[in-house]
Amino acid sequence: MASSEEDGTVEEKENNNKKRTKSALVTAWLTFYNIAMTAGWLVLAITMMRFYIQRGTHKGLYRSIARTLKFFQTFALVEVGHCAIGIVKTSVIVNGVQVCSRIFMVWFVTNSIRQISTCIICQKIQNEESVILFLVVWTVMEISRYSYYTFSLLHHLPYFIKWARYNFFIVLYPLGVAGELLTIYAALPFVRRSGMYSMRLPNKYNVSFDYYYCLIIVMLSYIPLFPQLYLHMLRQRRRVLHGEVIVEKDE
Amino acid sequence: NSSRLVLFVEIQPQHCKTNRVEPNATIGEIKSMFHKSHPQWYPARQSIRLDPKGKSLKDEDVLQHLPVGTTATFYFRDLGAQISWVTVFLTEYTGPLVIYLMFYFRVPFIYASKYDFTTSKHWVVHLACMCHSFHYVKRLLETLFVHRFSHGTMPLRNIFKNCTYYWGFAAWMAYYINHPLYTPPIYGEQQIRLALIIFLFCQIGNFSIHIALRNLRPPGSKTRKIPYPTKNPFTWIFLLVSCPNYTYELGSWLGFTLMTQCLPVAFFTLVGFVQMTVWAKGKHRSYLKEFRDYPPLRSPILPFIL
Repeated sequence: MASSEEDGTVEEKENNNKKRTKSALVTAWLTFYNIAMTAGWLVLAITMMRFYIQRGTHKGLYRSIARTLKFFQTFALVEVGHCAIGIVKTSVIVNGVQVCSRIFMVWFVTNSIRQISTCIICQKIQNEESVILFLVVWTVMEISRYSYYTFSLLHHLPYFIKWARYNFFIVLYPLGVAGELLTIYAALPFVRRSGMYSMRLPNKYNVSFDYYYCLIIVMLSYIPLFPQLYLHMLRQRRRVLHGEVIVEKDE
Repeated sequence: NSSRLVLFVEIQPQHCKTNRVEPNATIGEIKSMFHKSHPQWYPARQSIRLDPKGKSLKDEDVLQHLPVGTTATFYFRDLGAQISWVTVFLTEYTGPLVIYLMFYFRVPFIYASKYDFTTSKHWVVHLACMCHSFHYVKRLLETLFVHRFSHGTMPLRNIFKNCTYYWGFAAWMAYYINHPLYTPPIYGEQQIRLALIIFLFCQIGNFSIHIALRNLRPPGSKTRKIPYPTKNPFTWIFLLVSCPNYTYELGSWLGFTLMTQCLPVAFFTLVGFVQMTVWAKGKHRSYLKEFRDYPPLRSPILPFIL
């Protein structure tokens, strides 16, 4: 009897050790990830500032950072995985919607396609002022967000980073949405004229797709989605900064 | 939409005051009682349970057989406005029937005005219309005469969700199949003939399964039994699958996709397959939980695979 009890406790210790190494591994990965993302967005910010200071114009700025931006923005898909597995406590849907809208902008609206004819169109879209607006917004928000996560994981969170993360969005979110919407709107006539990403009848799959109307639907979808994300952040802010307990509705 | 009202009930042999019931009273009677004192909550939208986080009690449960003493404390939850399953099914199936026919007859404002009220020159389009209409007429008749529903009602918002799904997809599919610029299947008559055979085979199969499931359950009862193959060869698939009605349904839509060679139809088939797989897995799991002697060879929806 005594030996089986001992076995029990040894097993428990082994399980606890396994849990501890697992969460140590998870913490290490998350810390690395957040440091890498903070660094990436800092590099983007510095590159953008240098470009503007040296050239004095925003034309061609997007083109110069496009590849780095695409890399770091696409890599953010990993975060959705984090939520899905449960190592990060955000909801998959909230995170998913945010990441998807970013990826849509970067890959489908301001992207440079290799075909010659559409390249000129993309350059025209990329040189819009609204692009700079959302680029600046994204950069500031992502740097404050990833540095917040990094310092939280290291258990040394300066108050100003917490303050920044939960206050900047109040102004930056609407500005970013404005930038994105203005860019999509500016792209519409080019999309219409070139018929890019569209498929017309007749074809053997008996389907058609009009990218122009797809973009309009995307713009309309901001109307229900943006307020929800914004209110979600406001609730988070009240909880984190003012310690208010928000009673979530049942179901 | 949930409240935590507590219903306090005294169980006594003499049933003369409100909140006093006989020991052999059922939950259904408690719900009627509660409805009288709270008229806005009809019995179908009440969920009564013994523990606020526990399972909902069934209408047939008798108080005597529940773990209660001389008094019982029930917790109430509002399930929200309810609508009967029959109503939902009839609405969601009539939509596609009517909508598809509107596209088939090329009602004005859908296609260019020179095509108004014309008919397609491809015979496969006429065949597709017949198959699609047959499918939904079959579903409507089954809802009225064949199915026995274990739940009477579902939440009201489901009707909007379900109708959007069925009606939306029907319009999307019908638009392309009945389009003046429709392209018939690449392999022509061979492809269409094979598709039609698959479609009819699976429609008969699906109907056979519904009849077999209906015969499992005597009228008015809510008992659950394991379904087994009958004399009808179409039910022999019960040897390998728990929910063959979904298997046959998938087959029907694969046949229709092959017949029309239309990507929106393929997409509809895929989405339907995903949903039916989720339902089949749930049903399979509850069969396994409820019956110790459940045949081990069976898979939820696809033999040996899923």
